[in-house]
Amino acid sequence: MAYSDKVLDHYNHPRNIGSLDKNAADVGTGVVGAPECGDVMRLQIKVNEKGVIEDAKFKTFGCGSAIASSSLATEWVKGRTVEQALKIRNVDIVEELALPPVKVHCSVLAEDAIRAALADYQKKQVAASCAVDSGDGNSAEATTKAG
Amino acid sequence: MKTPIYLDYQATTPLDERVLEAMLPYFRDKFGNAASRNHAFGWEAEKAVENARAQVAVLIGAESKEIVFTSGATEANNLALKGIAEMYREKGRHLISAPTEHKAVLDPLQRIEQDGGSVTMLPVDKFGQVKVSDLEQALRPETVLVSLMAANNEIGTLHPLAAIGKLCKARGVLFHTDATQGVGKIPIDVEAMGIDLLSLSGHKIYGPKGIGALYVRRRNPRVRVSPQIDGGGHERGMRSGTLNVPGIVGLGVACELARIELDAETLRLTGLRERMWAKLRSGLDEIHLNGHATERLPGNLNVSFAYVEGEGLMMGMSDLAVSSGSACTSASLEPSYVLKAIGVGDDLAHTSIRFGIGRFTTEAEVDFAAERVVIAVKRLRDMSPLYEMAKEGIDLKEVKWSPTEH
Ligand SMILES: Cc1ncc(COP(=O)(O)O)c(C=O)c1O
Repeated sequence: MAYSDKVLDHYNHPRNIGSLDKNAADVGTGVVGAPECGDVMRLQIKVNEKGVIEDAKFKTFGCGSAIASSSLATEWVKGRTVEQALKIRNVDIVEELALPPVKVHCSVLAEDAIRAALADYQKKQVAASCAVDSGDGNSAEATTKAG
Repeated sequence: MKTPIYLDYQATTPLDERVLEAMLPYFRDKFGNAASRNHAFGWEAEKAVENARAQVAVLIGAESKEIVFTSGATEANNLALKGIAEMYREKGRHLISAPTEHKAVLDPLQRIEQDGGSVTMLPVDKFGQVKVSDLEQALRPETVLVSLMAANNEIGTLHPLAAIGKLCKARGVLFHTDATQGVGKIPIDVEAMGIDLLSLSGHKIYGPKGIGALYVRRRNPRVRVSPQIDGGGHERGMRSGTLNVPGIVGLGVACELARIELDAETLRLTGLRERMWAKLRSGLDEIHLNGHATERLPGNLNVSFAYVEGEGLMMGMSDLAVSSGSACTSASLEPSYVLKAIGVGDDLAHTSIRFGIGRFTTEAEVDFAAERVVIAVKRLRDMSPLYEMAKEGIDLKEVKWSPTEH
């Protein structure tokens, strides 16, 4: 199979390979796929206080199109807000990389990876605000009791 | 060094110049039909065909009359399996084979099953070999044919042909071997090995594509097959169709060259294979040999490079022409069924590469290739989340993955 120039470019010069601290509160990590299926993508985002994704990293086990799809995904999420990043669709990746039909699943996986990373980040945010809420909750409970 | 370097000799081989030279006259002035009995053009073609028939026969210890020319090994396998199933239908409808066979055996067997026959698939061990004791247990009074390949096309594993043939003989069951990968690469003698039918192909032995042969035993016992292609009654009625004279001439010369060079080539190719394997192992950790360490085709090396997907890897070494057991490279989206049959997990099957070395492979090419592979695997491991996790001590088998449905 011949690869598009853009797939080759991302494969040969992948953008944003690496890792972010998955335990940090401002980092969201998405790991999708399975070794048995031949692709695993890990995409990580770091979101600043304005809600903008200021950094993104990936590592991918998979074919050239999977590597290119995740590389492109990190490029696209950077500089976007969480809401904007949620709007990235696999068809956009297919189009940008000129993926053939048998490789569409790579783009789907990349979209899944973005969503998983965003979901992980949002879960951490909720957990953090819940920690604050729980203080309120206690006082609410106390109030109820007093009432 | 000319690139890309061809390391896919189990897929096909280049035509040897000496073979091409021998064929050329039969495309030009010696164009006769071997079945034309009334003029010199026909006689000339027939003589060439008979000469080639003898060359093929000698390579496998057969007699000329036992060679039936076909369009290749796929057709030879079809003729052997369906031809025997049909011809011996009254005697019995049970056949025995193994799951690591080529599709050109598995699919005809499936057809035979659809037509009411029954097929037992023997288990294979982690190297891809059947146990003769398993075969012995699987034999039934109504078994008519055992079909087991000489050498596997993916992992190069050899079957113990002589032991299988001996058992079949003792039980009065016919033995077919798809020797497409074995002929001309390992010593094969149909007499010594008790082989009754044998398939071979031109393009795996530096001959042309589109030509092959089926050996059909004529004595002890006399084996008969139902023709699968009817027509003018060529090849003693077993395979009709005007003979492909240039192809047959090429196949004959290819067999002759393979016979003359077999011993020296075995030594040379085994040396190159071991050299490649040693270089890969010294450059990389966590790589696994698929197939048997010694009972394998001299020119086959099949390796799993853990944590690196096969197609992605091939892309990183585009100056090497190799093939992969990864799903991504096949239309089926399933990783290699051969690797699955020998117990290689899908995760490792996706990381496998087959290196096929052959007559025109040089030591310099092997060294260059090994270096390329090491560089590419290292680069992709740096990009692999699996490699990172494994290095952190995470057991990947324990991780809950989220396989997708696409
Ligand atoms: C073991 C085996 N059997 C059969 C075949 C089919 O041979 P042919 O291409 O001559 O039909 C091949 C080659 O792909 C093979 O490797």
